[in-house]
Amino acid sequence: MSDATERLIERLAGEAEPVRRLPPPLLRAGLWLLAVAAAFAAAVLLFADMPEFVRRARDPRQVVELAATVLTGVAATIAAFQLSLPDRSPLWSLLPLPALFLWLASSGYGCYSSFLALGHDDGSLAESSHCFRFIIGFSVPLAISLLVLLRRATPLSPGRVAAMGGLGVAAIAAFALQFFHPFDVTFLDLGVHIVAIGLVIAGMSLAERLSPAPQAA
Amino acid sequence: MAPAQADLETEDTDLRWSRLMATAQGGDREAYRCLLGEILPFVRAIVARQHRMPDRAEDVVQDVLLTLHRVRHTYDPGRSFKHWLAMIARRRSIDALRRRLRLGSLEVSDDIAYETFADPRANRMIETREAGEGLRAAVAGLPERQRQALELVKLREMSLREASQASGISVAALKVNVHRALKALRARLKGERM
Repeated sequence: MSDATERLIERLAGEAEPVRRLPPPLLRAGLWLLAVAAAFAAAVLLFADMPEFVRRARDPRQVVELAATVLTGVAATIAAFQLSLPDRSPLWSLLPLPALFLWLASSGYGCYSSFLALGHDDGSLAESSHCFRFIIGFSVPLAISLLVLLRRATPLSPGRVAAMGGLGVAAIAAFALQFFHPFDVTFLDLGVHIVAIGLVIAGMSLAERLSPAPQAA
Repeated sequence: MAPAQADLETEDTDLRWSRLMATAQGGDREAYRCLLGEILPFVRAIVARQHRMPDRAEDVVQDVLLTLHRVRHTYDPGRSFKHWLAMIARRRSIDALRRRLRLGSLEVSDDIAYETFADPRANRMIETREAGEGLRAAVAGLPERQRQALELVKLREMSLREASQASGISVAALKVNVHRALKALRARLKGERM
């Protein structure tokens, strides 16, 4: 054994305080999602246009889109917690992909149908900018709380973990938007949603990069 | 050793390390010291796949130990310790390799550094000096009458009349010699560059 390595082992053993083990990732993801769901439910009860939402939810395509959106959020959140641990497979990154494709496909199909029905795309920049602000504004507190939790695992690939968390947060924000935005999605909306989601993912990755290295528990 | 026996020993080692780690997570320093000592050959074997130079490999091994120490709260004693450790060692080993490649692509050897500096102004100064030396040598190689005509008219910036008075050569002869000198210089410098 080299002297330097031997000295390092002595130093690390000397510093080894008891540590609190992280709970299983699925449990941590579940608790965070539950907290978000509780806050979201309160916001919906107070502010959402429920009759309009119920009317729109009768459309099967709308139901598929809603389910795919929330599934993307849940799957990406679980994947982020799994990926934050050193011994989990990178294949966890694939978990949200099926739901993500379904979400984008059903949104795209919705845009196309309303375009065919109306003969024009009646999206306005003012409405789309409302969606944009909603997704970004809703995502910020979620992203901060998720980042704090994910960093507790001191991930070895922080960029990938933060990006996955960003996808989860943005998808949840897009799901929440459906309760406060009682309009059929236009191509402009869809584009704006995608840009907002990309910004949330990039923002979380950047925040992870810029924040100081976390300390072990 | 029979394969079944080797598997059994691997399993035993994994179980032993897992127990040592669980104890170390509870603050048992002796168990931790013992564990870190025992895992060294395993870590070195993984690191050696990417890093052949012993000094560099030992740096990476130390980095793996530091990382293990930082993330030791993420180990779940219900799972394989060997797998957990191997993933950390591989990850840090690849990160070190990437870092080295990145630094390597930014560094230049001394020979090249002489010719190319990071600061463009430094390059311009060197290039100007080298070009000046080449020109001086080319002028020195011209026939005497051409060199004299060039020096008076172009370098000292005399008019043709002043140059004629100073050298005693006719204005027409000066003109011809300056023209021939410039043509010869141009040909010589162009030849040097090619």
